[in-house]
Amino acid sequence: MKILVPVKRVVDYNVKIRVKPDGSGVDTANVKMSMNPFDEIAVEEAIRLKEAGVASEVVAVSCGVAQCQETLRAAMAMGADRGILVQTDVELQPLAVAKLLKAVVEKEQPGLVIAGKQAIDDDANQTGQMLAALLGWPQATFASKVVVTDGKLTVTREVDGGLETLELPLPAVITTDLRLNEPRFATLPNIMKAKKKPIDTLTPEALGVDVTPRLATLKVEEPPKRKAGVMVGSVDELIEKLRNEAKVI
Amino acid sequence: MKILVIAEHDNQKLAPATAHALGAAKALGAAADVLVAGHGCRAVAEQAAKLEGVARVLLADSPALADLTAEALAAQALQIAKEYTHILVPATAFGKNVAPRIAALLDVAQISDIVKVIDADTFVRPIYAGNALATVRSGDPVKVITVRGTAFDAVGEGGNAPIETIEAIAESGPTKVVGREVTKSARPELTNARVIVSGGRGLGSAEKFHELLEPLADKLGAAIGASRAAVDAGYAPNDYQVGQTGKIVAPELYVAIGISGAIQHLAGMKDSKVIVAINKDPEAPIFQVADYGLVADLFQAVPELTQKL
Ligand SMILES: Cc1cc2nc3c(=O)[nH]c(=O)nc-3n(C[C@H](O)[C@H](O)[C@H](O)COP(=O)(O)OP(=O)(O)OC[C@H]3O[C@@H](n4cnc5c(N)ncnc54)[C@H](O)[C@@H]3O)c2cc1C
Ligand SMILES: Nc1ncnc2c1ncn2[C@@H]1O[C@H](COP(=O)(O)O)[C@@H](O)[C@H]1O
Repeated sequence: MKILVPVKRVVDYNVKIRVKPDGSGVDTANVKMSMNPFDEIAVEEAIRLKEAGVASEVVAVSCGVAQCQETLRAAMAMGADRGILVQTDVELQPLAVAKLLKAVVEKEQPGLVIAGKQAIDDDANQTGQMLAALLGWPQATFASKVVVTDGKLTVTREVDGGLETLELPLPAVITTDLRLNEPRFATLPNIMKAKKKPIDTLTPEALGVDVTPRLATLKVEEPPKRKAGVMVGSVDELIEKLRNEAKVI
Repeated sequence: MKILVIAEHDNQKLAPATAHALGAAKALGAAADVLVAGHGCRAVAEQAAKLEGVARVLLADSPALADLTAEALAAQALQIAKEYTHILVPATAFGKNVAPRIAALLDVAQISDIVKVIDADTFVRPIYAGNALATVRSGDPVKVITVRGTAFDAVGEGGNAPIETIEAIAESGPTKVVGREVTKSARPELTNARVIVSGGRGLGSAEKFHELLEPLADKLGAAIGASRAAVDAGYAPNDYQVGQTGKIVAPELYVAIGISGAIQHLAGMKDSKVIVAINKDPEAPIFQVADYGLVADLFQAVPELTQKL
């Protein structure tokens, strides 16, 4: 079974982002970019399924600018076998990405897609579900445990009330939650090896997908700042403030 | 404008998040139909009918909907979706699972986690863990939206909407729910609690997490939350996680104990009315958002606080 893992290039989770003064967006020039953390978890899970003999090949796919190649290299350094770049300078929204991934799925015929639950830049939490819908496949989102046995998936999901376990047939789409696994670090030899692994480059036009954004971003602003608070010197003072000043207890 | 709100429920009880989604419908300025899709869920429809701002409750009851899977719910919603200009779903694990599926099948964008309605086509939503707010406009004929509950007041009761039974789907799709592990707690639900006591890695162990936080939460009538680090370390169940990728909360009082205040955590709680932080590190970023900060060893300060309250 082949596993397809969509990996997004995003501003690194440690970067404190800045809103552009003209309100046109977030400043991404000269900031550190990384693979979306949930996608690292997805790559890790796919590699583990390959190591367990369940999967035969792990293919990483990234959609976006030419630099997404770095994200694909990072996935291959972790252990993905090859990469596919769907290259475009157009701003991609989740529906467009889902359509591109659908086209790639139709070409590659994987038995399973493992995506991240959420990209930490747009915080959309949509693409995996949209892809499943477009393919007419079942989905298991927010996975914290994945078991594959005889063409069947058993997935434990993190939901608001606790945990839910689903059984679904393959092919299917899974999206990862934080507790699914702890992604490995790429070793130096594997980073070197990844440089020789193949990356195929496609375009939305070649895949016949219209990626025109559906949502227009009118402006991006900083959220209102909280006003600075005070430090209290003791538990007694804290209680006094909460009672008499804030009046919340 | 015609609005559909998709009710969140467990076939027995309507989830409070639904009333917040109706709050967003109110901000749009129209009464909404509420879809209650499930099995044996008439009681849920009756609860929904009592809410303010509900035009009609549409009840789709079928064994195919019993598991409330995204596949079945989306298929059901698609039966009627095209009659509406807006489809609102709570931005909860339930809503996030199903809303994108509906949007994709309608070939429209989905607008995630809105915090403000500007007009019928224009909405504000947080991006980058809430470090920026984007105003977006949709040109799609149907707007599929998930609603951040903390940003819209829940509508009250006092309505008396008619309940209409609609034709329910017959095929559930291939996904089956084979297990549910519900976190049991007598405490208020995190996203609706007036007070939250939240613990981080500083608690050091599951034993200490419970030993210190439970009595304090008891005294304050609070829900208990946690940072990701505390959940990862097994101090607390997954659905306690507050943050960018966990639950978004905005209580009257949020007490952060042994939590450093990473941006991913702040994203989930910085709209709380009053924030208290107890941390032994005076440089901890949590103090930058706290109204009241106490630099102290939590193992002394928390029992003392509990005892003196
Ligand atoms: C993709 C992604 C998503 C994430 N999503 C979330 C999310 O939704 N929610 C979330 O919370 N995090 C999230 N995180 C993790 C986040 O980046 C931080 O790692 C996490 O919030 C840290 O948790 P913490 O504050 O409990 O632990 P730490 O950062 O380790 O802080 C522990 C604090 O306890 C204090 N302390 C220790 N001992 C004592 C003592 N005896 N007395 C008093 N204070 C003490 C320390 O000074 C320290 O400030 C996410 C990260 C990523 C990459
Ligand atoms: N441009 C992209 N290229 C590859 N994968 C993506 C892209 N955008 C989103 N994804 C995948 O979809 C997941 C959810 O993203 P989102 O719906 O934007 O929150 C990510 O974790 C990725 O797995």
